[in-house]
Order: sequence, then structure tokens, then C-alpha cells
Amino acid sequence: MILALQMSHFTAAVTFAFFASIVYGITQRNTPRDMFRYGAYCFAMFIVLMFIAGWIMWFLHH
Amino acid sequence: MAKTETSTSQASSTAAAAPATTMSILAPAVAWLIPGAGHLMQRRWIRGALIMVSVVAMFAFGLAMDGKIYKPNTGDLLDILGFVGDVGAGGLYILGRIFNWGSDAITYAAADYGTKYIVVAGLLNIMSVVDAYHIAIGKKQ
Repeated sequence: MILALQMSHFTAAVTFAFFASIVYGITQRNTPRDMFRYGAYCFAMFIVLMFIAGWIMWFLHH
Repeated sequence: MAKTETSTSQASSTAAAAPATTMSILAPAVAWLIPGAGHLMQRRWIRGALIMVSVVAMFAFGLAMDGKIYKPNTGDLLDILGFVGDVGAGGLYILGRIFNWGSDAITYAAADYGTKYIVVAGLLNIMSVVDAYHIAIGKKQ
């Protein structure tokens, strides 16, 4: 493909977390309110763990 | 506690005893072929639309990032696992194979992300297929 989408690692990870969280929320809970809350929880966990993993890799590298 | 266990066993026995309806067969099949359609055909409009947008967008982003679509029978275990994930995307995977979308080899980091996006789009679609089936048999509203 000639015009490949160039995302930073951070943007790619946040986009991934966003879409995955939507499907997790819808499929893993029964009511709309619980779906929204679980989706938001999953998204927050993705982001927090991404930062933790990033710092761990930074310390391993330095 | 005993009451909870009773209601859980009743629910599982009800689900197990539920006869195979047209919808319980059709909904997962359609959901696999067209992401989100299994929910849409059961009038879960918002859920279906969100699943469709999420899965299609992840698949499209993966392709736009020059991700690879795995082919069957390469003999490599990791390729087989990648194929299993990819094929979960149903119609998107079929279209990808027909039109030969995606790159043949991963040459840079973003393309590796793209490959993972495509695999996860398929895996998320499998989750939505199971969810559509649960709605069809009445296990979920």
C-alpha cells in the first residue's frame, strides 16, 4: 500500500483500547448502564497498564 | 447463596433446554459474516452499530497501517493462530482475500500494529457472534 497510515505507538495503542473497550462493554455486560461503565473501566485499564508497561520497558532499556 | 445457586442452575438448564430456533442459528452466522448485523437483526440497533463501527474500523485501520492478512496452511504455528484470529472477521476477511488486501510481509513497526489490529478485529467479532447467540436464545436481553 502506497499511502500507509502512520500512527505513533501511543495513538495506535489508544485507538486499539477505544475500539476494544466498546466491544468488551457491549458483550460482557447486560444493561446499557453497566455496558458503559465496564467499557470505560476497560479503556482506563488499557491506558493505565500501557503507561506502566511503557515505564517498565524504559527502565529495562536504560 | 442457595437461592443464587438455584437460580443459576435454573438459568443454565433453561438455556440448555432452549430449542434451536431460526434466530439462534441465523443470528451468529450473520453476525460472523457482517460484524454487528447479528445484533441489528435482533433490533439491538445501538449495540449493533457500535460493534459494526468498532470491528470495521479496526480492520480498516489495520489495512491502512499496511497490516498483513494471514493465509491458511502456511505451516507456521504463529501464522495459523493469526489466521484463526483473522477469519473471525468473517466477510471482511473474505473480501480481504478476494481483493488481496494487506501486505505480504511486515516491514516496519506500524505494519506490525496493523497486523494486530486485523487479528483483534476478528477476535472481537467472535465475541460479538457469541453475544448475538446469547441474545437469540434469551440468555441476554
